[in-house]
Amino acid sequence: MNFDPRYSGRNFSSVGTRPIRPDGIDKVTGRARYGADFNMAGQLVGRILRSPHAHAVIKKIDTSKAEKLAGVKAVITAKDLPDLTDGDAAMYDILDNSMARKKALYDGHAVAAVAAIDARIARQALKLIEVDYEVLPHVTDVDEAAHHHAPLINDQIFTEGLEEKPAKPSNVTKRTQFGHGDVHKGFAQADFIVERSFKTEQTHQGYIEPHACVASVNPDGTADLWVCTQGHFVYRQHCAQLLGLEASKLRVTSSEIGGGFGGKTHVWAEPVALALSRKAGRPVKLVMTRDEVFRASGPTSATSIDVKIGAKKDGTITAAEATLRYSCGPYPGSWAEIGAMTAFACYKLENVKTVGYEVLVNRPKTAAYRAPSAPMAAFAVESAVDELAHELGMNAVDFRIKNAAQEGTRASYGPVYGPIGIGPTLEAAKNHPHMKAPLKMNQGRGMACGFWFNFGGQTCTDLNIGMDGSVSLAVGTVDVGGSRASLSLVAAEELGIDYSQVKAIVADTSSLGYNDMTDGSRGTFSSSMATISAARNAIKVLRDRAAQMWDIPVDDVTWEKGHAIAKGEKYGNLSPLSLKDIAAKSGTTGGPIAGHSELVADGAGVSFATHICDIEVDPETGATRVIRYTVVQDAGKAVHPTYVEGQYQGGAAQGIGWALNEEYIYGKDGRLQNPGFLDYRIPVCSDLPMIDTQILEIPNPNHPYGVRGVGETSIVPPLAAIANAVSNAVGVRMTHIPMSPPRILAALDAEREG
Amino acid sequence: MAGVAVSTTINGDAVEYLCQPDETLLDVLRDRLGLTGAKEGCGTGDCGACSVIVDGRLVCSCLVLGAEAEGRKVETIEGMAHGDQLHPLQQKFLEHAALQCGICTPGFLIAAKDLLAKNPSPTEEEIRFGLAGNLCRCTGYDKIVRAVQDAAEVMKGA
Amino acid sequence: MVEVTLWGSLSAVAGGKSRHEVEAKDIRELFRKLAEQYPGIEPWIDRGIAVAIDGTIYRDTWSKELPKDAEIFLLPRLAGG
Ligand code: FES
Ligand code: FES
Repeated sequence: MNFDPRYSGRNFSSVGTRPIRPDGIDKVTGRARYGADFNMAGQLVGRILRSPHAHAVIKKIDTSKAEKLAGVKAVITAKDLPDLTDGDAAMYDILDNSMARKKALYDGHAVAAVAAIDARIARQALKLIEVDYEVLPHVTDVDEAAHHHAPLINDQIFTEGLEEKPAKPSNVTKRTQFGHGDVHKGFAQADFIVERSFKTEQTHQGYIEPHACVASVNPDGTADLWVCTQGHFVYRQHCAQLLGLEASKLRVTSSEIGGGFGGKTHVWAEPVALALSRKAGRPVKLVMTRDEVFRASGPTSATSIDVKIGAKKDGTITAAEATLRYSCGPYPGSWAEIGAMTAFACYKLENVKTVGYEVLVNRPKTAAYRAPSAPMAAFAVESAVDELAHELGMNAVDFRIKNAAQEGTRASYGPVYGPIGIGPTLEAAKNHPHMKAPLKMNQGRGMACGFWFNFGGQTCTDLNIGMDGSVSLAVGTVDVGGSRASLSLVAAEELGIDYSQVKAIVADTSSLGYNDMTDGSRGTFSSSMATISAARNAIKVLRDRAAQMWDIPVDDVTWEKGHAIAKGEKYGNLSPLSLKDIAAKSGTTGGPIAGHSELVADGAGVSFATHICDIEVDPETGATRVIRYTVVQDAGKAVHPTYVEGQYQGGAAQGIGWALNEEYIYGKDGRLQNPGFLDYRIPVCSDLPMIDTQILEIPNPNHPYGVRGVGETSIVPPLAAIANAVSNAVGVRMTHIPMSPPRILAALDAEREG
Repeated sequence: MAGVAVSTTINGDAVEYLCQPDETLLDVLRDRLGLTGAKEGCGTGDCGACSVIVDGRLVCSCLVLGAEAEGRKVETIEGMAHGDQLHPLQQKFLEHAALQCGICTPGFLIAAKDLLAKNPSPTEEEIRFGLAGNLCRCTGYDKIVRAVQDAAEVMKGA
Repeated sequence: MVEVTLWGSLSAVAGGKSRHEVEAKDIRELFRKLAEQYPGIEPWIDRGIAVAIDGTIYRDTWSKELPKDAEIFLLPRLAGG
């Protein structure tokens, strides 16, 4: 790869403008096809039978009655998905989560599935499947599960990362530690110390589109999968491995995706749909119900976090420490570890230590949710930081500015930062008019900052130039929120042509090389890098063709503003050739003109945000209202500013829901009590104000245009910002998310009783 | 179960279909008539993604039976544009980027059309409460509200 | 010679020792030498390790050269949303 990814300051003509997205017209007319909008001839309806128990041994499954029902074409259990994972523990967990093998590990765990000629028969068939369970004691709370008396979820798991190998198995799968310096020494130097424990409840990504796919497996081992996913190439790898198919013979097409936020980075029902199709010999469509989405797909971790921070009178933080316990569902994960890495990432600290514990519980397998694990850690840390500022008598923003990480600061998770945006976002927040706006009775203002890493990764794009000079761009990162528009802008920028000349599509897995999924805020960062590279490769071809047309050496041809220019006095009479002119002659100058790019987009720049919000609390009922909300975030370079704003606003809204309302509620029986949008209430239009945004652009040195990821950071600060605002409004420190009215009232009562 | 024969009008066209007595209008539209613009986000009336207008009333088509459409006039997202002329709401949703993933968009457009039919100059608060039956997880609603405000202006001028 | 810090759950595979001096010119060689010394790290390499070189994180560019005296952290690969 001789592509130079370094940032070069330049003036943009397309990047930074706000055109209409290419896929928009299909979406406002109802023509766009999402996961459930696709059908195949002869397709069957797939349905999954789920465990009603939180923890139970599956002693026997009798499917004979269901199989005999007229119209049923296939019934499967774990037997039909034999273990082909070959010692790969993570893949085995994915397999077991798709279809329970020996034990049902949570309410909603799949145990069997049917394919039938219609939905009614499929539902009837599920009722005819007899499962003999031996119910086991269960545990759903993260703190209880970590206790040594808790029911064991997997007796093969011994805590990793301890100095001595433990003698007994545990629900705590791993301990990890980060930090530097000496926190004991640091706390000894502190004049003020704040120490508190916090809890956050489990939430769901809440995408409006349930998981949906259509699977078709042929007897010759070829297969097609149409699916809503954030990463069709990753789904292909996983499904091929689990089903024993050859990856290149399984063609996965990503549909339009109705929201993912990390929840569509993992396979659940797709291997089941493929196994049903293989057994039935017909295509199978499998769409989850909303109830299934809540009970069996992706929630985030529930957490319990202890934080201790000390500072000198002058406001310098001398030491910071956190212990973080994160629930992983019934399979090991690294969620607390990420929390431990991000917790103090905003600050310049001499002495810092974080310890993470991964905890198994009888809840669905934890999945990534937008900057996974960071919002909870930020909630705990930023709450304590605020409290410490109060104790010091310092303004909360000034205290943060004084301790903010800078270029050259050693991050609490290890490396030393390059140019970063935490300081500028804090300064911008400090100077924002929102900070000076008056507050009324029962209103409080809060602010908080947040950090996220951002990823790069494997990426591949194709850029094809038609004979009429129009450009098609095929990318392999799924478009979750407007990236086809951004990438078309980038192609137009690099080629020097108009945005309207470019049309971007998301290619299927058989049309393009492997791409990592759209996660970690990598979509626009990495695909724009690959698009720039592909465009530069196309320009090489265009110059060569122009040289042929002019019959001059290619070294004498440059590319400027969408035209080949013959440079030098001697070519004074050659007028520039446009991309269109060159494309029109391509048939006789060497055939189609294209640029390809396969690269690893590494060097994604970290990103920071600062949020400000005003909350009104009704002291009688504990009800809250968001009065005003402002997001300040570094984008590196905003390719399509409107969609960058959209990411900021959407992340903030999700954070607001998490902070104030959303939570998984389990009964004593271990069953989820609110698996629907009525009882798991996400913010609606009337719950929110306009969400103000301010985009900062501190270029990422590792991207030609300076782009950083923007998708995730916006969900990191809201939990803390809102908790600080509520705490300021009611004068009581809020330590449990969500701050639902009963929790706020309980906190007020506790304070009154002293 | 015996099917029910239904004659109805969808987006101005006479349509006849057979459906099961317990089948929802949403399932009929999507699975029998190929009108997949209305989406199923919940199936329980909580998300508004399946919004359609029946005889001038905004309804969740997942809560209406297919058989109930007999003799009525149903309007769906597929009938919102006139030929190649987008409805002002559709145009403004595009211009304001009032959609990210777009799964909620057909429902919002139908609900907003109903709102503006009843109240051509809604305040921001009226828009927010008028659209409170529709869930969007991507946008934070900011750009949706602005698009509806802007469309209302355009439609008043027209 | 570069100094490498194994971080988070990775330090456990090297018997709790986090700092290591390794003679390696690029990420590929670094991984090979570490694996020779600590076979337990191999599954982690297969699953993916993030390498922070002077503060910039590389996940997959194994040909990335390690500048002399660079500060290198190996972190477990992260999940994103
Ligand atoms: S699908 Fe009808 S309201 Fe959600
Ligand atoms: S745009 Fe995705 S749910 Fe509204």
